[in-house]
Amino acid sequence: MKKTYNIEVDCANCANLMEDATNKTDGIKTATVNFMTQKMTVEFEEGSDEKKVMKQVLKNCKKVEDDCEIEF
Amino acid sequence: MLIRIIITAVLLIIFSVLRFFFSTEDGETASRSGFVIKEPVWLILFLVPYFIIGYDILKKAFKGILNRKVFDENFLMAVATIGAIAIAIINKSSDYTEAVAVMLFYQIGELFQSYAVRKSRKNISELMDIRPDYANIEKDGELERVSPDEVPIGTVITIQPGEKIPIDGIVTEGSSTLNTSALTGESVPRDVGVSNEVLSGCINLSGVLKIRTTKEFGESTVSKILELVESSSSNKSKSEAFISKFAKVYTPAVCISALCLAIIPPIILLFLKQPASWNTWIYRALTFLVISCPCALVISIPLSFFAGLGGASKEGILIKGSNYLEALSKTKYVVFDKTGTLTKGVFNVNAVHHNTIDEERLIEYAALSECASSHPISLSLQKAYGKEIDRSRVDNIQEISGHGIIANVDGIAVAAGNEKLMDKYGYEYRSCHKTGTIVHMAVDNEYAGHIVISDEIKPDSKEAIEALKNSGVKKTIMLTGDMENVAKDVAENLKVDEYFAGLLPADKVSKVEEIIESKPKNDMLAFVGDGINDAPVLARADIGIAMGAMGSDAAIEAADVVLMDDNPLKIAKAIRISRKCLGIVYQNIVFALVIKFACLLLGALGFANMWAAIFADVGVMIIAVLNAIRALNVKKL
Repeated sequence: MKKTYNIEVDCANCANLMEDATNKTDGIKTATVNFMTQKMTVEFEEGSDEKKVMKQVLKNCKKVEDDCEIEF
Repeated sequence: MLIRIIITAVLLIIFSVLRFFFSTEDGETASRSGFVIKEPVWLILFLVPYFIIGYDILKKAFKGILNRKVFDENFLMAVATIGAIAIAIINKSSDYTEAVAVMLFYQIGELFQSYAVRKSRKNISELMDIRPDYANIEKDGELERVSPDEVPIGTVITIQPGEKIPIDGIVTEGSSTLNTSALTGESVPRDVGVSNEVLSGCINLSGVLKIRTTKEFGESTVSKILELVESSSSNKSKSEAFISKFAKVYTPAVCISALCLAIIPPIILLFLKQPASWNTWIYRALTFLVISCPCALVISIPLSFFAGLGGASKEGILIKGSNYLEALSKTKYVVFDKTGTLTKGVFNVNAVHHNTIDEERLIEYAALSECASSHPISLSLQKAYGKEIDRSRVDNIQEISGHGIIANVDGIAVAAGNEKLMDKYGYEYRSCHKTGTIVHMAVDNEYAGHIVISDEIKPDSKEAIEALKNSGVKKTIMLTGDMENVAKDVAENLKVDEYFAGLLPADKVSKVEEIIESKPKNDMLAFVGDGINDAPVLARADIGIAMGAMGSDAAIEAADVVLMDDNPLKIAKAIRISRKCLGIVYQNIVFALVIKFACLLLGALGFANMWAAIFADVGVMIIAVLNAIRALNVKKL
C-alpha cells in the first residue's frame, strides 16, 4: 500500500533526516521525503496498521527534527 | 523572525559601539573614553541579543542532546557560539560580538533559505497551476459551481469563455477556440465544435461550450498531469543520492576533524616544548563547526532539479523524475519509431505529378471519382480536395477490385488506380520515383498524371534530427514496421543515421536491446514513440519518450518522459533543458564544495575566523539557491 502525506519541514537536510528516520520505522517498506513539494510518499509493509505506523513515524521524525509536521 | 533579526542586529551594533568607547583590550588599562565598564556587565549585555536570536537554537540543541543526536546542526551552532563566548571570557577580551554575529548570520541564512524555497516552490507551482477549481452545472437555467471532484461521468457541464475545462469530455453544444498551452506549451489555439473531444486543462477562449464529461475528475488529463509532475521529484537522481550520502558523512567528518584540531596540535606543541595555545586551536575548531552544515548543497540540488522539471513541464515536456532528467542529459543515442513520431501517421496526398491538366483539376477528378469509396486512399484524396463533394457530378462509378475506379465526372471518363488499371485500358503511364502509394489518373481517355499518397513527414522532423545532432546526440536511428523503400526514403530525407525496416513490435524491442548492448555504458539511449503499440520498447530503453500523449493514458504510464504534443523538436529541447539543469547542479556541487573546503583549510591554518566561516556558509547557500532557480528559465532554450 502506498500513500502520500503532506508534511512540513523547513530545512532540506532535515527532510533527508526525516526520510532516514521513517525508513527505519517498523512497518515501513520504503519512504521518500520530497522537500520541494513538502510531501512524503510511504509504502507500508503488508498488513501493517497505517495509523499506528504513521504515529510512530511522526514520533521518530520529531526526534530528528523537532519542528516537523506530518498530516495524516 | 525578521523582527528578532533586526533587534539583534541593532543591539549588536549599539553594544559594539559602546564597547569601543567603554572597554579596554586587556580589561586593565584605561579605555578610550576614560570610563571603564567592567565584566561581567559586558557578558550580560551581549547575552541579551544572543538569547534573543538564538534561544530556539539552544532549545533545539538541548533537545538534540536528550535524543542523543550530536551531529545536529543546532547543537553544533550552539557549541560553536558558546565556545566562542567561553574563549572570550577566558581571554578576558570581553569580545562577545563574534558569537552573537555568528548566531545572527546563521539565522539570516535560515530565514533566507526558507524564504527562497517557499518562493521558488510557489513560482513553480504557479507555473503548473492548471488545476481547475470548479465546474459549472446548469440547474433550473442557472449555473451552479461545484467542485470538479463531485461531477459524475456523463454530466453536462458548461464552460464559459475564459474558464478552464475542468474534466475531459465531448462537446454537445457550442463551438469555441481553446488555448492548450497549459498542456502542450504551445500557444496555438485549437478550434472545437460539437462532438469534438476536449481535454481538461485547456482554457476556453471564445464561445460558451457545453460538454458531456467522459471521465471522472481524478482520471482526467489535468489530474493525471498534476499527479505526474508532483510525484516526479520523488524519483531521485544519482546526484541527489550522492548529496544525501555526502551530507550524512560530511557533518560527522567535519566535527571529528574539529575535535582533532582542538586536541592534536596543542599536544604536539606540548611535546615540542612550546606553548600549547589551547585557546587558538579550540577557536579554530569552533570555526569548523560553523561550516559543518551541508545546507547549501542539500538545498540547492533538489531545488535545481525541481526548477528544471517545472520549467520543462511549462514547455509541455513532462519528465517523471530527476533521475530521468539526469539520464536525458547523457542521451547519445536516439531511436525513433517512424509512424506517428517522425511522420504524421495519417495518409496524405504528398505530391501531384500532372501531365496535361493542372494540379487542382487532377485532384478534383480523383476525389470525385473516388467519392463512393471509404478506402483510406480515397479518403485522403477527398481530404486533399478540401471542398464539399457534389455527388451529382459523378455517375457510372465502377470499382475494379485490385485496380482502381473508373467513373464519369461531368460526363468525362476518368480512370483512377494503379499501374494494372492503366495497363488494362492501355494508357501509357509514367512510373514515379517517389515512394508511397501511386494513383495514376487518366482523364478523357488520356493519361493525365499521377498522385502520390504517403504518410507525410512532420514539418519539424528534419529540423528536429538536426537539433538533436547539434545538442550532442551521436546517433539517430529509425525503426519501422514499414517496407524497406518507404523507410529508406524517409531516413534519407531526414538524414537519420541508420534505419531498420520491416520490424514487428517484438523485433523493435530486440533491436533496441541490441543497440543498448553495443553502446558505451554511460551513453544513454532514448526511444521515442507515440506510445500506441510500443510500450514494451518505451519501457526497455534507458529513457522512454512518448509523444503526442495528450489524452493517452497508456503512453503516460509507459514512458519516462512525456511530450504533450507531437512536435519532435521538443525532444531536442528536453535534452537541452536537462543539460542546463544538470550544468547548474554540477556548478552548485563544485562551488559549494570548493568554498567549504577552502574555508575549512583556511580556518585550520588560522587565516579564516568565525566571521569568514559564517559568511562562507550562508553566502554559498544564497548563491547556490539563486543559481538553482535559473534552471526554471528554459523558454529560450
